[in-house]
Amino acid sequence: MTFAHLPALAITVPLVAAPLAVLVRRSAPAWAIATAACAFSFFAAILLAAEVAAHGAVSYPLGSWAPPWGIEYRIDAFSAFVLVLVSGMATVVAPYAWRSVAAELPRDRIYLFYALYCLSVAGLLGMTITGDAFNVFVFMEIASLSSYVLIALGRDRRALLAAFQYLVLGTIGATFFVIGVGLLYLMTGTLNLADMAARLQDVRGTRPVLAALAFITVGVSLKLALFPLHFWLPNAYAYAPSVVTAFLAATATKVSVYVLMRFYFGVFGVRLVTGTLPMAEILLGLSLIAIFTASLVALWQQDLKRLFAYSSVAQIGYITLGVSMASRDGLTAAVVHLFNHGVTKGALFLLLGGVALRAGRATLQSVQGLGRRMPITSLGIVIAGLSLIGIPGTAGFVSKWYLVLGALEQGHWWLAGFVVLTSLIAVAYVWRFVEAAYLAEPGPGAPEPGETPLAMLVPAWILVLACVGFGLQTSFTVDSAQRAAALLLGGGP
Amino acid sequence: MSGAQLIGAALLVPVIGACGISLAGRWPNLRESITLLTAGTLLACVTGLLPEVLAGGRPALHALDVLPGIALAFRVEPLGMLFALVASALWIVNSIYSIGYMRGNDEPHQTRFYVCFALALAATMGIALSANLLTLFLFYELLTLVTWPLVTHHGDDEARRGGRTYLGFLLGTSIALLLPAVIATWAFAGTLEFRPGGLLRDAGLSHAALGALLALYMFGIGKAALMPFHRWLPAAMVAPTPVSALLHAVAVVKAGVFTVTKVIVYVFGVETLAAVRAADWLPTVAGFTILAASVVALRADNLKRRLAYSTVSQLSYVVLAASLLAPLSIAAAALHIATHAAGKITLFFAAGAIYTAAHKTEVSQLDGIGRRMPWTMGAFAIGALSLIGIPPAAGFLSKWMMFQGAASAGHTTAMVVLALSTLLNAAYFLPILHAAFLREAPAGEAAHGEAPAPMVIALVLTAALTLALPFFISVPLALARAVAGIGP
Repeated sequence: MTFAHLPALAITVPLVAAPLAVLVRRSAPAWAIATAACAFSFFAAILLAAEVAAHGAVSYPLGSWAPPWGIEYRIDAFSAFVLVLVSGMATVVAPYAWRSVAAELPRDRIYLFYALYCLSVAGLLGMTITGDAFNVFVFMEIASLSSYVLIALGRDRRALLAAFQYLVLGTIGATFFVIGVGLLYLMTGTLNLADMAARLQDVRGTRPVLAALAFITVGVSLKLALFPLHFWLPNAYAYAPSVVTAFLAATATKVSVYVLMRFYFGVFGVRLVTGTLPMAEILLGLSLIAIFTASLVALWQQDLKRLFAYSSVAQIGYITLGVSMASRDGLTAAVVHLFNHGVTKGALFLLLGGVALRAGRATLQSVQGLGRRMPITSLGIVIAGLSLIGIPGTAGFVSKWYLVLGALEQGHWWLAGFVVLTSLIAVAYVWRFVEAAYLAEPGPGAPEPGETPLAMLVPAWILVLACVGFGLQTSFTVDSAQRAAALLLGGGP
Repeated sequence: MSGAQLIGAALLVPVIGACGISLAGRWPNLRESITLLTAGTLLACVTGLLPEVLAGGRPALHALDVLPGIALAFRVEPLGMLFALVASALWIVNSIYSIGYMRGNDEPHQTRFYVCFALALAATMGIALSANLLTLFLFYELLTLVTWPLVTHHGDDEARRGGRTYLGFLLGTSIALLLPAVIATWAFAGTLEFRPGGLLRDAGLSHAALGALLALYMFGIGKAALMPFHRWLPAAMVAPTPVSALLHAVAVVKAGVFTVTKVIVYVFGVETLAAVRAADWLPTVAGFTILAASVVALRADNLKRRLAYSTVSQLSYVVLAASLLAPLSIAAAALHIATHAAGKITLFFAAGAIYTAAHKTEVSQLDGIGRRMPWTMGAFAIGALSLIGIPPAAGFLSKWMMFQGAASAGHTTAMVVLALSTLLNAAYFLPILHAAFLREAPAGEAAHGEAPAPMVIALVLTAALTLALPFFISVPLALARAVAGIGP
């Protein structure tokens, strides 16, 4: 095997693993296949990221058809970073799934879960790696369709309704996206993103291009749950199986943000997006409302999965806030928060899955006294929660640092104030958990003493340690994010 | 050991100690021995740094790069040396006291208590020895977080409320005000490294910008308890008394005024502030806090609450002295960190001993207690006299220097505030002594003696320290003068 085909293999290995998992029809081998496929993709992503860091962007013509005619896989500083996030999260979550899925899903459907999981991973990685607009749509559909089913697998019957809601809104989003791509194809005659960007220079500001921008913005915003298009997310996260919530929260919305940034800065160009249309202002306004209202709503939730789901809507607002600044520090903040928040939320939802295993549901009621019943799980939630707040020494702090820096460098003192003040709301909702876990006596719904099984605790704690690690040793995340920001502002993809 | 190794040891020893304490949780005697051993080792490490710092050296340790251009790094300068010495020396005494208090009152969760205490000391060392604002900020937040379980130790509704106020004020001010100030400093100056003369000296900021930034810092450092952000300190009194004694009279609050002094001297620079008169409002706020808190203390019947407001007032002495920007007053600010610590910890020790032996918490219940607990109340008297500023107790020295500093700065108002507050100090301390020693105990009261021996030993030690400090003043004074840039 040569390294030359790594870009294709990173996608096709999980893609092929899916039917294999169906063929074996038994849970243990299906799990092994899925885990191996994710680990391979992670390995490939790291090699590709190292290659990009050393020698610049990698272009891979699929089937040797040269771009712009054939489909191009393009790995640059930005996509390599997101590839590492997605495949890394998939690799950490897969071993966790073994115990968690066995507890939450009917035995005869477990192999299907692993098949869909592989499809979802392949779809998300494909959306990231491809340099072709229509191909983005195809992978988006692979990722979305598989995630609808993954959510519907939840044992709560409301999961079906949540999945259906997500299906309807997600399909509308995908349709809007493909209409936008169609309009762009109409105006440029190409689907290759780089080529499209170059040809758009001549038709910039024409009505169809502006319409395409609007369609793509709305379509992708639905997928990334930008306020007010976020209604599917809290239900989907709350009722999906624990593994699915953790994986989707850490990756799916993040890849959608990636696609949005790709199109904004890589295809339309910053001048069109912020100059011709007031996209920066619109995005800024929506982000502010998202951060504020979703944080407040999170404060009133009893169900912890729902609480952190609303927190996700707010945190996505921080990412799009960084995007709306369209400056070097703003984009750095957006990209680095995309990664850090993925890790943080992944850790939180994995740990909540452990609580759910012992207590049935993770609610503020059932976690009372958790600090003594499940001390290691509980401590993990606290540390990840600190990262969510942005306490120094955690990953979340690094994001906040660049976000505030970006606001200050544009002279927007009020915006810096807004960012720090809203993170105080995060203190409040994280501390609702802390008080319940450490100051309350165990109530009737509280779990019996006993830790989360090791097979689940270890993956979760890998992410908890990553929250601290990426807060103290930021050379990988910040360097990657800064290179991605420079790349996005520099022009073509 | 080299300076860098000693710094690393000072940071790691309490953390390792905390691990050991949690492992030894089932054997209380072993657990407490580990605490004492850790405290002793820590003091040895910190003392080991002293000769080099006194000789003008600045031992440094570069741990890792957190953000491009901003490291997690440590560098020992005189002010940090003084703070680290005070905190680590008093931790030993406090640990002896804790053993008596926690066992005497049969407190729950003792392992958690000792673990968090050790971690709080680690965070304090991080603050004291930090080389830049980011490192300081990191440990500053850490100190808030690890002391929260100590404040909410009892786990009841009162503790929960106190904990919320504590966390709300401390995290609220530091995230909403201090963090933007730090990030803005980075944006303006391109460095966060503390340096003599101030890192903002060459940033070319306007008068208004400097003033705004200074306000963000001064109110953002909630641990200094500048009004109106002082309410967390009385709220923290729900904690067991050893916590109030070491953390809320020494480590946490001194971390606040330490940071204030550090920011004025090493971030803004005394000359810069004096030149543009950006700090002119600060003595007013500090003076107001001194007087207002003293008045509240005067009216508080709960002993710990009275001591807490006295602390609020005494902290603003440091802020006031630092904000006068005269070399002598800066040195007085640094010295007051040490002298107030020794006096106030004695007072809290006595309050805890009274609670343990007699279960009394209110000032109005203390009639005649001096005869039953002569050692405790004797120590209390020494601590109180020191805080009022009566020689030969240590508090007199820093207060005297403060007067001189205010005089040399020509700041009459500050001198009036200092004089008035001395009267107020006397007004809220002397009635306690009067009741304890000169009034008869009410008839029919249950007989009791002194508190358990470890507590009495600890409070006698700190009272002795308060009296002895003037004889060993050369070391703290040399450090304090070095902060202000006055030669020995």
